[in-house]
Amino acid sequence: MKSSQPDPLSREQTPWLFAAAVVTTLPHTLQQPWWLSAFGALLFAWAFLLWREDRRLPGRWILLALVVAGVAAILADFRTLFGREAGVATLVLFMAMKLLELRSRRDATVIVMLGYFLLLTHYFHSQDIPTGLWLLFALWVVTAALVRLQAATMPPRENLVQAGSLLAQALPFMLVLYLLFPRINGPLWGLPADAFTGQTGLSDSMAPGNIANLVRSGEIAFRVRFDEVPPARQQLYWRGPVLENFDGRIWRQATRPASPERIEELGPRIAYEMTLEAHGQRWLLALDAPVALPADAKLDGRLAALAPRPVDKRQRLRLSSSPAYRLNTAESPLSLSDNLRLPANGNPQTRELARNWQAQANGPAEVIARALRHFREESFHYTLQPPLLGRDGIDDFLFRTRRGFCEHYAAAFVVLMRNAGIPARVVTGYQGGEMNPRDGYLVVRQSEAHAWAEVWLEKRGWVRVDPTAAVAPERIERGIVDALPAGEPLPAFLMRHGDWLRDLRHRWEALNNAWNQHILGYDTQRQRDLLSRLGFEVDWRQLIIALGLACAIVLALVTAWSLRQRIRPAPEIRLWHRAQRRIGIHCAPGETPLAFAARLRAADPALAARFDPVVRHFLLARYAPDNPTSLAALAAAVNRLPRRRIA
Amino acid sequence: MRSNNTPILGGRPHAFTPILDAANQVILGKPTEVRLAAACLLAGGHLLIEDLPGLGKTTLAHTLARLLGLQFARVQFTADLLPADITGVSIFDREHGGFRFIPGPVFSQLLLADEINRATPKTQSALLEAMEEGQVSIEGESRTLPSPFFVIATQNPADQIGTFPLPESQLDRFLMRIELGYPDRDAERALLAAGSRRQASDQLSSLLAPEQLPQLQAEVAAVHVSPALIDYVQALIEATRNHAGFRHGLSPRAGLALLSAARAWAWLTGRDMVLPDDVQAVFGPVARHRLHGAQGGKLAGRAEIDALLAGVAIP
Repeated sequence: MKSSQPDPLSREQTPWLFAAAVVTTLPHTLQQPWWLSAFGALLFAWAFLLWREDRRLPGRWILLALVVAGVAAILADFRTLFGREAGVATLVLFMAMKLLELRSRRDATVIVMLGYFLLLTHYFHSQDIPTGLWLLFALWVVTAALVRLQAATMPPRENLVQAGSLLAQALPFMLVLYLLFPRINGPLWGLPADAFTGQTGLSDSMAPGNIANLVRSGEIAFRVRFDEVPPARQQLYWRGPVLENFDGRIWRQATRPASPERIEELGPRIAYEMTLEAHGQRWLLALDAPVALPADAKLDGRLAALAPRPVDKRQRLRLSSSPAYRLNTAESPLSLSDNLRLPANGNPQTRELARNWQAQANGPAEVIARALRHFREESFHYTLQPPLLGRDGIDDFLFRTRRGFCEHYAAAFVVLMRNAGIPARVVTGYQGGEMNPRDGYLVVRQSEAHAWAEVWLEKRGWVRVDPTAAVAPERIERGIVDALPAGEPLPAFLMRHGDWLRDLRHRWEALNNAWNQHILGYDTQRQRDLLSRLGFEVDWRQLIIALGLACAIVLALVTAWSLRQRIRPAPEIRLWHRAQRRIGIHCAPGETPLAFAARLRAADPALAARFDPVVRHFLLARYAPDNPTSLAALAAAVNRLPRRRIA
Repeated sequence: MRSNNTPILGGRPHAFTPILDAANQVILGKPTEVRLAAACLLAGGHLLIEDLPGLGKTTLAHTLARLLGLQFARVQFTADLLPADITGVSIFDREHGGFRFIPGPVFSQLLLADEINRATPKTQSALLEAMEEGQVSIEGESRTLPSPFFVIATQNPADQIGTFPLPESQLDRFLMRIELGYPDRDAERALLAAGSRRQASDQLSSLLAPEQLPQLQAEVAAVHVSPALIDYVQALIEATRNHAGFRHGLSPRAGLALLSAARAWAWLTGRDMVLPDDVQAVFGPVARHRLHGAQGGKLAGRAEIDALLAGVAIP
């Protein structure tokens, strides 16, 4: 509450700062707690009212009380002031409060700088195209506010144009930096520990309902582009974690140390490139059975491909798989006994059924066929909304409810097999995918999450058995929408849409994919590829030199361009020249526009009558006192001229 | 510009429209020169009319004085004219026992200095000082001249016998120098039929109230000059300085004179902004007596000025 500010802010500058604050914080309302958005909106409304009524800003003690209350609320909600969510929330809060403290140019500069920083924080949540466009817009507004600080009385339009021109001049540098700045594998600086929360994907355990929940998400899990013809849909089993330990309800990964797989390939390999979205876990979801992996990836002993560290950002992988394979025909006794183990108690009916089948059947193959026939012929239903199961879940499912999703069938089948003395386990992953005809990418979403079973047979090793295929063959052949019974409440994105809507979605996803592949996915490898295609083989040291050179060249070009702009004729002169080109008659150097008009009148009165307005508006634009409309009138008059006659 | 029936810009009637019409009734066939003279007065400058005897120089000055309602005095310059004959003298007054100042013809609003180049340089410079300063110093006392104060000087071309050509520095005091030239055939016929024009001008009455002229001059000074037009004036001045045919280029004072004359011309055309046409219209009268040929002492010719105007691009 100093009586005199060193560099006070003028009334015309404040709305621009308001705008900058709003555009930089607005998208955060989608992420942050509602109370923070409401609080921020309240502070903003207050600041706006004070500005409109031209009243005094609140005093220091009120501001202090607000800061204490806001920080306390954030602490209460997040238990910290740091990290991704809490840190961003704190910044948003400070931005809103700074609006109540807009006294001097210094305060305004804080708003602008905070605005630029807040722009970056949006990338924590999303890096997609709408976000990019919005941030570009916000960048423009913040820069316009910055321009405003220097020129308080500039007309708003010119203000925006100048900010746009500043950004346009930065564009070449942005491109050079984007293309040439050495790409570093891994983040440039440490991100807060909670930077990657909120990613969806398979988990390392499976309880009834897990996968059904995942299926409700329309998010894309990964995209695949096959080098050659894509395999049939029934073969598209994308392998995730293999679950071997069962406690009666939940399936978990085995803790037993893995021994390397022995894979016999029985057919040709399929090569493909996968763009895997971040899901916070290590598995890579390769097509069954992966035979060639990226250098740092490995198999986990159960044929699931693993990345060296959790997939925290989108990755592009080169993979090869062999759909026809034989796995571990000689399996270790430890593994086999693990895959026969069941909880000592529980599910007695299931145990009895399996033992009956085992007694009647002639070998494991027959038991398996019997079980599948059981699913197919008894009245089992495939549904996203299975009823709740009691303590003996498998019994409940097999004998009472008979309604379930893939995880129910896979789990029940594996329990049946283990009871019948056949080593079996649950495999989770994705099945199928949707081919986008727009760009030829196969899109696999969370809704394609699936669970199936594997049994171990003598001489044949681990064999995939998908009991869901017995109950709802459409699920495997055509996809989940066809498999679910009519009337099942489907998540909106899964609904059958008209063709144009589907086409629209395909276009949008293809656009997103192109953005992911080419803009966000521009990594070290792509950078090297691009440069080597241009004939440069460089390491990062040379890259830095190249970057410096490119920046110097761009700087020189931008400078040359802006110098040219300075000596470029004024807009009315350019229009005047255009008018002469258009009629094909030119004004002599020392000939005044009026003399030119007189000459024209003598030569061609009809043309002169149409040219006179051009002369009039040109003279007004060039020699009259400033009049904002004269340029537009001149442009209109020039456009009304007849085209050049071929003489 | 020259003959525009429907002007593209301007054409607004103004206080000088009837004055110009009336003057053209007296001075036949010389509308451009009449208008230049009017522009010169509106711009607050002094006018030099140069031509052979008998072409209507004096009539023009007399007509303007009558029409504008200005207090008029006329001095016929001769070789024996003394400075005091122009500025006035102090004589001893016996009744009051002191000197009394008798103002000379310079204490009038419009002074016609006829055949200024017939007087000696000493007398010439006395007048020219008065023109520049707006006051005269007589016997150590400064006396302010009336306002407005115009001088219309006429002179015979310097190759006439018995003349003292004005030096360059004194030519510069005149905003414009115009030539009347012979009237064209029709005008001459009308003139011969109607008889002496001097009598016609004597019958004119004033069309302007005394306080109006300063107001109009203020209006003229407010005519808009855009940056683009200043660019053009600069380009013209630079062209005279780089021109091989001239001994010296135009001075900054000449540039200001050009602008104020162009303003007056624009105002007379009924516009509130100056166009390159206005600059071109007054360029010859303003610049010619300030430019001298590189070889001899002759003033720049009309053809040279036209070539210069045609060669300088209008920016």
